[in-house]
Amino acid sequence: MPKIKPPVSTPRIDMTPMVDLFSLLLIFFVLTASFRPQEAAMIDSPASISEKQAPDFNLMTIFIDKEGKVFFNVDNGMDSTTKFREQILQKMAERYEMTFTPDEYDLFGRLSGFGMPLKDLKGWIHAENSEKREEFQVGMPFDSADNQLGYWILYSRIVNPRAEVAIKGDADASYMTVKEIMDMLQINKINKFNLVTTFVTEEIGLEDLPPEN
Amino acid sequence: MAQIETKDSGKGGKKRAKKHSSEIDMTPMVDLMCLLITFFMLTTAFAKPKVMVITMPEKDKDQTIKDQPKISAERTLNILLAGNDEVFYYKGQPTPEKPMPQLVKSDFSKDGIRKLLLNWNRDLFTKITEYRDKRLTGEIIVADSTFNNTIKEMKLDDKKGPIVLIKADSAAKYRDIVNIIDEMAITNIASYAIVDIGQVEVMMIDATKAGTPLIKYPVIKVK
Repeated sequence: MPKIKPPVSTPRIDMTPMVDLFSLLLIFFVLTASFRPQEAAMIDSPASISEKQAPDFNLMTIFIDKEGKVFFNVDNGMDSTTKFREQILQKMAERYEMTFTPDEYDLFGRLSGFGMPLKDLKGWIHAENSEKREEFQVGMPFDSADNQLGYWILYSRIVNPRAEVAIKGDADASYMTVKEIMDMLQINKINKFNLVTTFVTEEIGLEDLPPEN
Repeated sequence: MAQIETKDSGKGGKKRAKKHSSEIDMTPMVDLMCLLITFFMLTTAFAKPKVMVITMPEKDKDQTIKDQPKISAERTLNILLAGNDEVFYYKGQPTPEKPMPQLVKSDFSKDGIRKLLLNWNRDLFTKITEYRDKRLTGEIIVADSTFNNTIKEMKLDDKKGPIVLIKADSAAKYRDIVNIIDEMAITNIASYAIVDIGQVEVMMIDATKAGTPLIKYPVIKVK
């Protein structure tokens, strides 16, 4: 009787389709990725039913955190040639008689939201890592004594007249702070605000109407 | 696909192709790809932030009280935001000549301020919701812009719904103002505005909170 030989070869899984799929997914994610910019502060926006999306560029964002600290961010425009941030910083530097090196302008152009008096901006630009950078975020002065936020808004409007304004406030921020900011924006002839919210669904229909009395 | 077949010619004699494949071990590549995909998936901001657009009337320093639009007192609904999720409302306008309107306490729940708004705005709400439902069920087919314009016109034509004045107290949170604007959107209120709170209204809130609502128009101390 001949012996029945068990198969020697170990079963192999053909991984080719999996690799194909993974490559496709990887390419998709690489191409669609738009990185979450580092936020100036932890902000928990209130919820609303609004479905309108925030514009991608031509947008200045004013962040208001829980304690009423204010941060400012403005984008660079549609592509890398516009360099709005650098132009805005140039105007600010002129206004406050400061000088920045070309390197600093370049770095500032690539960074995102900030909130500190202009004199501390250099430290923020040169900070080694994000934790160090965080320490500089003490909030932008915007009272009548030193209204730096007002100038940032003004120069952003001059450099990029198409910029819209988004207000990203924390749900627990005081309305008074938000109102102060809105008033300041209205002084700068900005009457349309985009309030950043998180989306929730709330559908009500005719059946929700209370009975007629 | 990933196998390379190599043909080994034997050492003379029998010419038998020795089929032995040299396979490429793809495991490290797969590992790396998994990691990269996970990384990109987690860092991609898929859900772009949503925004709620509000447009405020232009502020003009030369504007006098006379230029402000007149609104009928019967249609006016004042909503006072007092913080801590507390909402007060009253109808009309407080004047020294008339008896003081009384504040009613409400909240942001389903049976709170929304019930009042829906009740008052019944006609417009029904009209818009019916129109929207018809579009959803496919009874009428219109483009987005036409749809929005029709709703806009319906709101402009509205003559019965309330004119809501939203006034926020200094204790109000940003959340409250977003919530109340949201309620306006949910209940399809045609006209609403965010205005500054008056001194009388602050007094009304304080008095109502203290349990002794104002009966007479208060004397306002001029600072």
